[in-house]
Amino acid sequence: MLRSDRFRLEREADWIRLEAIVTKMEKGKARRLSDDDVLALPTLYRTLLSSLSIARENSLDAGLIDYLEGLALRSYFLVYGTQTSFARWLGSFFGGGWSRAVRAIEFDIWIALFVMIAGAVIGYILVAGDSDWFYALVPANFSDVRVPGASEQALRDTLFGGQEEDGLGVFAAFLFSNNAQVAILAFALGFAFAIPSILLLIHNMALLGAMLWVFAERGLTVDFIGWLSIHGTTELFAILLAGAAGIHVGRSVAFPGARSHLRAASDAGKRAALVMVGVIFMLICAGLLEGFARQLVDNTAGRFAVGGGMLLLWLIYFFGFGRDRRRPDA
Amino acid sequence: MSDSRAAEPWIRRSATPKLDRILVTPEGVPLHVTVAAAGARAGALALDIVIVAVLIVLATLAGASLLWAFGIAFDGALEKASGPLQFLAVLWIIMVFLFRNAYFLYFELGDRAATWGKRAMGIRVAARNGGRLTAEAVIARNIVRDVELFLPLVFLTSGGASGAMTDLTAWAGFLWVAMFLLFPLFNRDRLRGGDVIAGTWVIRNVNRNLGEIVARSATEAVSEGAEPAARYQFSDADLSVYGEYELQTLEKVLRSDQEEALQKVTESICRKIGWEPGSGDERAFLEAYYTALRARLERSMRFGRRRKDKHSATE
Repeated sequence: MLRSDRFRLEREADWIRLEAIVTKMEKGKARRLSDDDVLALPTLYRTLLSSLSIARENSLDAGLIDYLEGLALRSYFLVYGTQTSFARWLGSFFGGGWSRAVRAIEFDIWIALFVMIAGAVIGYILVAGDSDWFYALVPANFSDVRVPGASEQALRDTLFGGQEEDGLGVFAAFLFSNNAQVAILAFALGFAFAIPSILLLIHNMALLGAMLWVFAERGLTVDFIGWLSIHGTTELFAILLAGAAGIHVGRSVAFPGARSHLRAASDAGKRAALVMVGVIFMLICAGLLEGFARQLVDNTAGRFAVGGGMLLLWLIYFFGFGRDRRRPDA
Repeated sequence: MSDSRAAEPWIRRSATPKLDRILVTPEGVPLHVTVAAAGARAGALALDIVIVAVLIVLATLAGASLLWAFGIAFDGALEKASGPLQFLAVLWIIMVFLFRNAYFLYFELGDRAATWGKRAMGIRVAARNGGRLTAEAVIARNIVRDVELFLPLVFLTSGGASGAMTDLTAWAGFLWVAMFLLFPLFNRDRLRGGDVIAGTWVIRNVNRNLGEIVARSATEAVSEGAEPAARYQFSDADLSVYGEYELQTLEKVLRSDQEEALQKVTESICRKIGWEPGSGDERAFLEAYYTALRARLERSMRFGRRRKDKHSATE
C-alpha cells in the first residue's frame, strides 16, 4: 500500500467528522450540534491544516489535496467567521463603539462643519442678492408656498398649526428616506477624494440658507429656526457626521500615508461605516421628531427646548461616552 | 508551516487560472481561492434585487390585508382617521428602506457570508487579508452599494422619465454609472467600490467530496510495503517516462472510470513504454501502473525532487 494512502486512511475519520460539522453549520443548523462537536471544531480544523501541509509534501493524490483544501477553506470561514451575532454587535455599538468611531473622525467633522456653515451662508447671500437664485437652489416640490415674496401669514401657517395638515407624517417619512439618501450619498461619494461629498453638503445647506432668507424677510427668523431645530439639530448633525465620514474616507484615499491606498481605504471605510450606521439611527430619530414631536409642540420656545435638548444629548453621548474603555481600533 | 511550493501553478490545475489567488490563514497555511467571476456577481445581484422586490411586495400585501381586516372589524372607523393611516405609511417607507439595506447586512453577517443570490451562485464574501470578516466591513461594503447601484438607477429612470436630460448630462451620468458598475472589471480581484472600502472580496465556494482511494484494487491486492501488483512488474525505465502532470491525468481517468478513456490511455502508455497492450484488463493495468508511478514520484518527492511532467528532466 502507498504510504500516502495509508496516511489518508489513518486520518480520514477526523476529516469526515469535520466535514459533517461544517456542513451542518453551513446549513444554519449549528444549534443542533453536540457540545463535543462544537468544542472539537477548532482542533479538527488545525489538525486538518497540518494534514494538508503534510499531504502537499508527501502525496500526489490531486483529488485528495483538492478535497483537503476545500474543506480547510470551508472550516476556516467558520472558525474565523463573523463571530459577533447581530444583537451582540448592536450592544457593543451603542455601548461605546459608535461614540469612539465618531471621536476618531473628529478632524473631518470640523471640516464638514465648516463646509456646511459656508454652504448655508452662501445660500443666504445668493438669495439675498437676487431672489431668482431661490428657484435655482430649491427644488419645486419643497417650495409650495415658501417662496420669496410670500406673505407673513402664509409662511407662519407652514410653521405652526400643522396638526390639521394632512399627510405630514408621510412627508416626514419621505424626508427621512430622502435625508438618509443624502447622508448615504455624502458618505459613499467620499471615496472619490471627498470632493463630491463637500459639494453635496454645500448644495444641501445652500438650500437651507435660501429658505432661511425667505422667512427672515418676514421677520420669522427665530420661529423658522425653532421649527427647524426640533428635528434639525438631530438631522443636520446626522448629515454632518455622514459628510465627515465621507471626507474621512476621501482623505485616506488621497493621502494614505505609509499604508497602501487599498489598505488605507479599507481602514477608514470600516471606521466610517460604524459612524454611518449611527447616522441612519439618528435620521430615524429625526424623522420621528419631525413627524410627531413637531406637531405636538406648537410653540417656538418648546421647539427650541426639544431641539436644544437633543443636540446636548448627542454631544454628551459622542464626546463624553465610552471613553474609559477606549480601544485603539475604535 | 509556510509551503511555498504549494503556490506553484502546475500542481493545481484550474479552469480559471487568472482568477486564482492564495489566501494565507492566520496559521500561515496558504489556501487556494478563486475570485468570483464578474458574471456570477452580476447574476447574484440580479437575483437579490428580485428577492428584495418580492419581499417588499409581500410585506406590503400583508400590511394592506391586515389594514383591510381591521377596517372590517372596526367598521371603517380606521379609514376615516388619518392618524393610523399616516403612521402605517411612515412604517411602510421606513420598512422599504430597511428591507433594501438590512437584507444584505443580515445574510452577509451570517455563517455563510452570502445573500440568497450569492448562495445560488456559489459565492461568498471574505476578508481580503485572510482575517476575520468583521461586521464593520460588511456594513461598509453594503452602504457603498447605494451609490454604485441605486443612485445610477434613480438617475437613469428619473432623468429618462422627465426627459429633462440634455445630451451632456446624459453622457456625464452615463459615464458615472458605467464607472461604478464596471469598476469590478477593471481590477484583477473583481472588487467593486464597496469591496475596496471594506477590505473584502467575493470568492467562489468550494465543495468537493472525498473520493475513493484511486487505485483501490491494486492497493488491496498487495500486502504492506511490497511492490504493487504481482501481475504487472514495471521496471525503473518504464516508470521514468512520466511526471506529476501525467500522473494527475491518469488519476482523473481512473476516477471518471470510462471504458473508452481507459482503453485509450492504456494504449498510449503501452506504446510509450514498449509493451503490447492487452485487452479486457485495462483498469487493473492502469491501477497498477498508477500505483507504481505514484510510489516512485512520491519517493523522490520525499527527497525534495519533483518532476513536473514528462518533458522535465529526471534526476
